[in-house]
Amino acid sequence: MDSAAAVRGRLDALWRIEGARIVAALARVTGDVGLAEDAAQDAVAEALVSWSGTGIPRNPGAWISAVAKRRAIDRWRRAERLQDRYEMLARRAQDEAAPEWDPLPDDVLRLLFTACHPVLSTEAQIALTLRVVGSLSTAEIARLFLVPAATVQQRIVRARKTLAAARVPFEPPEPNEWTPRLRGVLHVIYLMFTEGYAATTGENWTRPELANEALRIGRILTGLVPRVPEAHALVALMEFSASRFAARSGPGGAPVLLADQDRTRWDRVQIQRGVAGLARADELSRELGRPRGSYALQAAIAQCHATAARAELTDWPRIVLLYETLGRLSPGPVVDLNRAVAVSMATGPEAALAIVDRLAAEGALHGSHLLPSVRAELLARLGRTEEARAEFSVAAGLAGNRREREVLERRAAAP
Amino acid sequence: MKYMFIMRATDEAVQASKDIPFEQIINQMGAYNESMINAGVMIGGEGLADVSEGSGLVVDFAEDPPLVTDGPYGETHELFNGFWIVQVGSREEAAEWASRAPLGPGSKLEVRRVNEASDFADFADNEYIRKEELWRQEEESLKAENK
Repeated sequence: MDSAAAVRGRLDALWRIEGARIVAALARVTGDVGLAEDAAQDAVAEALVSWSGTGIPRNPGAWISAVAKRRAIDRWRRAERLQDRYEMLARRAQDEAAPEWDPLPDDVLRLLFTACHPVLSTEAQIALTLRVVGSLSTAEIARLFLVPAATVQQRIVRARKTLAAARVPFEPPEPNEWTPRLRGVLHVIYLMFTEGYAATTGENWTRPELANEALRIGRILTGLVPRVPEAHALVALMEFSASRFAARSGPGGAPVLLADQDRTRWDRVQIQRGVAGLARADELSRELGRPRGSYALQAAIAQCHATAARAELTDWPRIVLLYETLGRLSPGPVVDLNRAVAVSMATGPEAALAIVDRLAAEGALHGSHLLPSVRAELLARLGRTEEARAEFSVAAGLAGNRREREVLERRAAAP
Repeated sequence: MKYMFIMRATDEAVQASKDIPFEQIINQMGAYNESMINAGVMIGGEGLADVSEGSGLVVDFAEDPPLVTDGPYGETHELFNGFWIVQVGSREEAAEWASRAPLGPGSKLEVRRVNEASDFADFADNEYIRKEELWRQEEESLKAENK
């Protein structure tokens, strides 16, 4: 006899560990992610009631799997989709050979491909990935993104309807589709991480929980596709970045910039994991005869910072070179802006200002605080104080994150 | 949050494990580690060498300079002989993983939360203020130079 609270805690933990595999196995059998998810949720609700009375069974994962399968059949009966039901039962019959609670990890990979399907909006892809692969509740996702739970719920419902309308099969992509689709999966994880790493909106400068969820899903992915260099490179990039969390916020949550961070507070274990991950990515790329991709280049830049014991030991010329390479591989104003920062450190603010002014003239990053805040910094370093002050004010007006805005306002007052 | 699983085994358990083929132990541990790696939660871990080989030392700070001896290890005949570090979402999740470890009677896992930055808020504060002061002094001296 366990208390309801104890059962709830145990169930939540189990769900995080087993949820993705349970939903994935059901999705394979029913061919319908939405149905699989609903049936699994039914089983979890049932477990909560049943286990509070009779205690937690010896193999709780198998218990939930079995109940979820029954609930899936009930839902089909209610929907009276007879044809579909026969198909499902036929699939089940083929399925009996496999142990129910240990579906192939490939099911989870299919689930990830389905959740990141290009017919869905990016927002929907992220929400669905966190929900079905990360096994987070709607409330948890809402908390991570600072939106009402109802909004997340809507996104997920709409995502499911979209998948159903597009008749997306629960299957791994065709061989010719594999690479672009995997790129999409990596991109969703990357976006999830960057939003946690430097929150675009809200009160807090970082949201480590969100970044750590992205990292966990990324690590799961490298287990599923161990021979894909980009997956290892992305995880390495995230490990390096996450290693700085403890040093990136000062007292009261104010942002601390890279140069000012106390590097003794960086997580050495995570940095080592990053080094190992990037080495693995490079090794696999060599075997495949491919150059470093954009995640590997970004990870290499992060590694330059992570392995500099003091800010003044940073190998800026090497970072400039890596940004130039990255700019040719995946051109974009954010890369150019970062290159400008590296140039300012390697050669000085004039050369950097030339790059930033060219970007500004092109109207790049319009409406974002990034460009004016870098430009202001360069002007301040060149002693053009009044211009710097004005530019910091512009940047402060555009910053969506309160913490960043405060820093920029302070700089505007005293450049 | 991160937790360390500290493996402790009684002398009897260590003796008993010698009757099991070593390859079997390696395979079971390997499968357990793999399950945690594939779930994205295991971020570190090591097994410690047997102390009977005279491989380790104890440094005792009861004296100055500290006394370095070959043992005794641990006080309760429960030897600390390995650890894992996992990154999970809750204490319950840490417990769930810990209880899946392939260990038998006589072994225990201590599950301890690893300190995070927030545990040193006061310390960080002081350090930060110190840094900020240093930075301000530098700024002042730079301004003085540029005048």
